[in-house]
Amino acid sequence: MNKTSNFLLDLVLVAGLGVAFVVWTKLGLTFVLAMAVLFACWLGFSRGGRQSLSIVRIGLSTLGGRLGAASVIVIGIAGVVGVLVALLAMGEGFQATLQKTGSADTAIVLRGGSSAELNSVLDRDSVNVIEQAPGVQRDANGKPIASAEEVVVANLPKKDDPAVSANVQLRGVGKGAWELRPNVRIIEGRRFKPGLRELIVGQGAARQFAGLGVGHTIRLAGEDWSIVGHFAANDSHDSELMGDLETVASTYRRGSSVQSVTVKLTAPAAFDTFKAALLSDPRLKVEVSTTRDYYSKQSEQLTKILRIVGFTVGIIMAIGAIFGALNTMFAAVTARAREIATLRALGFRGGPVVVSILLETMLLALLGGVLGAAIVWLAFNGYTASTLGSNFSQVVFQFKVSADLITTGLQWALAIGFVGGLFPAVRAARLPVTTALREL
Amino acid sequence: MKYFHLIWAALFRRKTRTILTLVSIVAAFLLFGMLDSVRSAFDSSSHELAGTQRLITSSRYSIIQPLPLALRDQIALIPGVRAVAYANWFGGQFQDPKNFVFSYAVSPDYLDVYPSIHLAPDQRKAFDDTRTGVVIGPKLAAKYHWKVGDRIPLQSQIFPRKNGDKTWPLDVVGIFDVDRDDANGFDQTLLMHWKYFDEANAFGGHQVGWYVVQLKHAEQADQVSRAIDALSANSDHETKTQTEQAFQASFAKQFGDVGLIVVAIMGAVFFTLILLTGNTMAQAVRERTSELAILKTIGFSSGSVLLMVLAESVLLLLLGGVTGLGLATVIGPALGKGSGGMVPIRGVSAMSWATGVGLMVVIGLIVGALPALSGMRLKIVDALARR
Repeated sequence: MNKTSNFLLDLVLVAGLGVAFVVWTKLGLTFVLAMAVLFACWLGFSRGGRQSLSIVRIGLSTLGGRLGAASVIVIGIAGVVGVLVALLAMGEGFQATLQKTGSADTAIVLRGGSSAELNSVLDRDSVNVIEQAPGVQRDANGKPIASAEEVVVANLPKKDDPAVSANVQLRGVGKGAWELRPNVRIIEGRRFKPGLRELIVGQGAARQFAGLGVGHTIRLAGEDWSIVGHFAANDSHDSELMGDLETVASTYRRGSSVQSVTVKLTAPAAFDTFKAALLSDPRLKVEVSTTRDYYSKQSEQLTKILRIVGFTVGIIMAIGAIFGALNTMFAAVTARAREIATLRALGFRGGPVVVSILLETMLLALLGGVLGAAIVWLAFNGYTASTLGSNFSQVVFQFKVSADLITTGLQWALAIGFVGGLFPAVRAARLPVTTALREL
Repeated sequence: MKYFHLIWAALFRRKTRTILTLVSIVAAFLLFGMLDSVRSAFDSSSHELAGTQRLITSSRYSIIQPLPLALRDQIALIPGVRAVAYANWFGGQFQDPKNFVFSYAVSPDYLDVYPSIHLAPDQRKAFDDTRTGVVIGPKLAAKYHWKVGDRIPLQSQIFPRKNGDKTWPLDVVGIFDVDRDDANGFDQTLLMHWKYFDEANAFGGHQVGWYVVQLKHAEQADQVSRAIDALSANSDHETKTQTEQAFQASFAKQFGDVGLIVVAIMGAVFFTLILLTGNTMAQAVRERTSELAILKTIGFSSGSVLLMVLAESVLLLLLGGVTGLGLATVIGPALGKGSGGMVPIRGVSAMSWATGVGLMVVIGLIVGALPALSGMRLKIVDALARR
């Protein structure tokens, strides 16, 4: 009879937990804080709350004797939160880098059906049509501000291991490029001169690849190019080399065709006019998007993969940690069975016993969560990594451990602590006082 | 072995604790199985022996830079070269950009340099005789329900035909089989004729993406690759020749150091696991102090007590670990499929199993060591008197 009712109770608890967990993950930081405040009030001002607090105090004071067991909870949960936050921070950093690239008032035009510059090709006539389209901003001389561009992929040795080479994007840009990308600043040396085989190097690429210092010469497509400057753009262009369009196109034998045209719009609102004009033009078959949309779309897939991997790994680790916590807390409850029974004989009720054990577990879990998040934040925030972006070349990005991610990590920690503490707590509260007192 | 039932009974003395610990171990090894299969998917090519016979020659500057077809005959003349095949990246997609199809336009002898691809002789003949014919891998055929005789409109992300249309009509004339361990991913690949591709392609002109050079002897790889690269030195199409494994490994490496990430995660997991099971074992032995003392009283030597406790912890790890790896074998491929092939999880390889079992034994010994030592040093009188 007793066994069945225990089993039924566990079943109800599991079902309840399922619902609670779904709700919990949907909630933001504000709600969590509000709950914490309400809970603190209950602890401070009600009889049950004060009872719970005093049991927690006893529990915590005996923690020293259970250091090994308690550290299982803390370190287990630190591991879960650390891995989860690190993987998500990688995705977030990659996304942030690509989303910072581009703006709402510049548009990029590719050949119809192309999703990346590397797959695209536009002939000279189309370029002229695109540049003259309505909605394009003109400079003081009445010329449209636009840059026809050609991206080629070059293979260069990496700095940390010269035996390994990786792909880097070399972008040949037109005259309008500087006005289109006001965030590109020369930090060392000077701009390249049109018509010469000169390149400027993004700060990310300069860090990643060997032999790209200002004044160096590199060999690409059978020709020597001199590096005349480094630039900082603080977006995905940091991973690129830039040179003059005509020089790049002729060296790589691309003739007069280019891959994309980027134009400055008179205003973000002019995008619709511009797009409609190009799409309705019978001479063209093109894809038009704002540069912001174009670059943020490129981060979608990798971010998605990292989220899938992060959450899968996190869930499996969390299951392990939950059972570790259960184990520890069951042992703690068993060890303290007599003490808890004594308290209940003295008149402490079941509720406060449950709350106090839950609270103890969750405090340990929170400690673990904070520890894990702190380690990841110290080790990885701003850590520079690179991966293969679209166009088959390396994109340099930085890990971004944001407050949101830390909140997610701590939410996971608390959830694990809650589940790990609940079953032992209920068992402690339901143990018949007489049996427990007689034990041992 | 004769003490097995004793060890087993000791292990399940406290059922709840043992089962809770087991679940944690299962979770850890489930993770190990899946992550290791991701890692090996990224570098399996590096210890694949089948590929040592082949070199890949591509443009030195970038993989998107084509090479002239004229190079083929020059390479074929180099001593030590058995055959030279070539291929081009087609960048196919079926109906929607999301349905990416690994597709290459290949030379007529391409199938001969890859003996791991098995195509029935009549289908091979049909492929050779059909200009627009393609042969496809079994997984690709299953994915889109393509059969021999189907005409499929495949779009290229890169190459339009001469009439400006990017849709290429292709006829499926064969479905090949691939050796199970082949790491090239051919089972999801479509192969079409380079000749058809080159003639109908708007940007054609006797250019190929890369050459596959089959060697007479694997030992000559170094000298042959130097000779090939010397052919085009200082020209406008300098080449870089490397073994097939090195070619694939360099590609995989560009995604990032997957190996390092996996090792870091597994480090965190196993550190926690050692702590957790170590704690369990310590508790288990502490509880049984008097039982161990009785065993010693009735004549068990200190050494056999030590061994029994160690065996218990190794058994605990093996029980959980084998279950976990077994689960990974079942769940892993399903998960890989669920992600639409984006996360490359395959089954757990024999290599992963070996590493996994090794890890189980080592972790079992580590966590068992301290409790086992304290069990061995137990003084009967003290233990029975509960001092």
